[in-house]
Amino acid sequence: MAERPHAIEAVPVRHPWRWVFAVLIVLIVANAIWSVATEAQLEWSVIGEYLFSEQIFNGIGLTLVLTVIAMTMGVVLGVVLAVMWLSPNPLASGASWFYIWIFRGTPVLVQLLFWGFLGAVYPHVSIGVPFGGPELLGGSSNELITPFMAAIFGLGFNEAAYMAEIVRAGITSVDEGQEEAAAALGMSRMKTMRRIVLPQAMRVIIPPTGNETISMLKTSSLVSVIAVSDLLYQARLIYSRNYNTIELLIVASLWYLFFTSILTIIQYYLERYYNRGSRREPPPSRIEHFVKNFLPRHDRSATEPLPPRSGDSK
Amino acid sequence: MSAAAVTPMVDADRVHKRFGRNEVLRGITLSVAPGEVMCLLGPSGSGKSTFLRCINHLERVDAGELRVDGELVGYREASGKIYEQKESEVARDRSHIGMVFQRFNLFPHKTALGNVIEAPMMVLNLSRTEATDRGRALLDRVGLLDRCDAYPAQLSGGQQQRVAIARALAMEPKLMLFDEPTSALDPELVGDVLAVMRQLVDDGMTMVVVTHEIGFAREAGDQLVFMDEGVVVEQGDPREVIASPQHERTKAFLSKVL
Ligand SMILES: Nc1ncnc2c1ncn2[C@@H]1O[C@H](COP(=O)(O)OP(=O)(O)OP(=O)(O)O)[C@@H](O)[C@H]1O
Ligand SMILES: [Mg+2]
Repeated sequence: MAERPHAIEAVPVRHPWRWVFAVLIVLIVANAIWSVATEAQLEWSVIGEYLFSEQIFNGIGLTLVLTVIAMTMGVVLGVVLAVMWLSPNPLASGASWFYIWIFRGTPVLVQLLFWGFLGAVYPHVSIGVPFGGPELLGGSSNELITPFMAAIFGLGFNEAAYMAEIVRAGITSVDEGQEEAAAALGMSRMKTMRRIVLPQAMRVIIPPTGNETISMLKTSSLVSVIAVSDLLYQARLIYSRNYNTIELLIVASLWYLFFTSILTIIQYYLERYYNRGSRREPPPSRIEHFVKNFLPRHDRSATEPLPPRSGDSK
Repeated sequence: MSAAAVTPMVDADRVHKRFGRNEVLRGITLSVAPGEVMCLLGPSGSGKSTFLRCINHLERVDAGELRVDGELVGYREASGKIYEQKESEVARDRSHIGMVFQRFNLFPHKTALGNVIEAPMMVLNLSRTEATDRGRALLDRVGLLDRCDAYPAQLSGGQQQRVAIARALAMEPKLMLFDEPTSALDPELVGDVLAVMRQLVDDGMTMVVVTHEIGFAREAGDQLVFMDEGVVVEQGDPREVIASPQHERTKAFLSKVL
């Protein structure tokens, strides 16, 4: 065998424009920070005082609980609706179509108000024999549908309509050969869906679901219209007393930003998990990507010897 | 043993199938005895895949009778009437028939072993340990035990197809269907897959193989069926048909693939 050739030592491609833009961006950001710090009439102490206050924490707790429950409801119901939509049963797909038509076609704010004021139309709700038969379970709407329940219903049922569309797109993205292979092995439609199709659809479903969750975290602030004391509601309560409006909005925003950042990180790892098997190597993380494409490569690979070529199988 | 005494594994009697106005199968009559290997040949579009898919009811037969191991495919006979099978009955019948696809159709989110043990666990309700034992033995049999933790994307086409064969065998089928199992492979990978199939032939598996591998048909096949435009043009002993085809269309086709 011939001697191993030297590793290639090429001068990497330079990207001068990246540096120009970088300098520009640093200047703009620095100026913004400087102006906020020196000119804006903000009472920084108020932000510090309320950022970790109990009242704000209560609001955060409620916002998170609302987001988690509404998203869970949205995902579960969304999967059911998507499977119904794609089912050969025309009644099921029709019902799914109708649901999505209603809940996606009206503003979520209207839906929240509707659930919030349901008591005005239906003072009494019950489960029992239909068409006025004996009732098994029932009570006054205002007791059963508390503002919290109304918020869950409003956000969750609305989210399900959007999730159904996302899940449907995911399911249809999976190669038909997969269903066929599972069917040929004797797997039922339901097992095929659960074990073969949905896990593959996840790759398409996860990124927009991450967006939906982030969006839900913020959309949940609408529930203050039906007097549910979420993060924004608490912030508004406080500034209605002390008039530090902007400061408290900043407090709320900082927390929204904090949680959306966490969600973004979770989303990244979920995507990577559901991408397994579809690529030969996991994608680089955001930071790796940045380092690779921005900083000039004093290439490690140029100084280190080439790794041995991975032999073909066996 | 007289031919009439054993129930054929596959018994097709004037099978018809149409897609819309396109009649794809126009009266297929053939029979595969247990342990026999039938090779199906024919030009593109002649209905080979469609017929194969009818055997495990991935396509529904419109007219004629198709039986596997004596039972009607897709229907149930009771007191002189014919009922459509329920989904669970169709699934149960399919679980006894293995199928290997041209494009492998491995589950990309599962490892080689995961692919093989999925149906035994989900359909036969084997425990994970039982299924894993069976799966590893099968991967060993197709020469891929060392790759059992690899995902399909990390395997070559030939390796993927061998995993697909192991996956089908894991259900311990009584009949194996192959739809051009080597057509999507680079020439140097075809041999590995054919070797696994030959081994199956030696083990006495009943097989229906759609293939353009004339060598395989000649050496491993018990019967050769040449199809064109939805009908059986010629059938018989592979060596004879290949050496001296009787029909013009068979001659024309063989001269192209040989
Ligand atoms: N699901 C379907 N819907 C409509 N037409 C179909 C369908 N499946 C197959 N056909 C048609 O039936 C005919 C036979 O197809 P088939 O796949 O059985 O041929 P084949 O002999 O397997 O060909 P090839 O060698 O190209 O695989 C073709 O004309 C094809 O277009
Ligand atoms: Mg075909």
